[in-house]
Amino acid sequence: MNALCALALSAGEFVLAVTIFLAFVRLIKGPSFPDRVVALDVMATVAIGMIALYALDSGEVVFLDVALIVALVAFLGTVAFAYYVERRQVKTGSSD
Amino acid sequence: MLDLLCALCVITGALFIAIAGIGILRMPDLFMRMSCTTKVTTLGTGFIMLAVAVKFPQIEVISRALVITVFTFLTAPVAAHMIARAAYVTGVQLWEKTSVDQLCNRYDRCTCTLESCPIVDELQVDGSVASERPRNEALTAQPEDAAAPKEVIE
Repeated sequence: MNALCALALSAGEFVLAVTIFLAFVRLIKGPSFPDRVVALDVMATVAIGMIALYALDSGEVVFLDVALIVALVAFLGTVAFAYYVERRQVKTGSSD
Repeated sequence: MLDLLCALCVITGALFIAIAGIGILRMPDLFMRMSCTTKVTTLGTGFIMLAVAVKFPQIEVISRALVITVFTFLTAPVAAHMIARAAYVTGVQLWEKTSVDQLCNRYDRCTCTLESCPIVDELQVDGSVASERPRNEALTAQPEDAAAPKEVIE
């Protein structure tokens, strides 16, 4: 691995960490519940990229399996949250 | 050469994901936030997976990167559509400057169904439509605000 690739990996990891932080700010702030679900979805997707970057950095290909599992769980979680938001409105009639 | 390509893919993916990070914080509306984050994070992850596939040119690594990319590209629109639908149905407010709301008045909260014709309050005796209830009050208040300065100018 030459210096250019290492520099790009460091910069990429920094940018992804900043993005996760910004999504976390939205997770704290988010005025409505779906805002928070979207922020969690973004954090999960960026975490997949982060795991892939770490796999590039360390040379361990096994981390790609972790990224795949994170992708699966994030999709299931998002779908479950969306279903929950809709059902909760039908059940209670609240609009928040 | 391959290292250069790998670095380029990583930088491109990181830039796209940075756009998503700015967008999720700065956009004024849930639907705009989803519009800028869902597509861009998917593309950024795809670029990083391309970098992985370029860096380790073995069949098992390339197949895993391809599986992750295809899975993300398939599931991200589905998840985003489900959240957007749930948010619209539960009455999350649109941005006040939104000009087009094609589902306005077309969702029945009692039966939880979408209609192709606008739902109206009641039909008058002569068959004409009495009044349509606006879903988002900011949307209907906007033309009055836009018309008010014109009268002042005249």
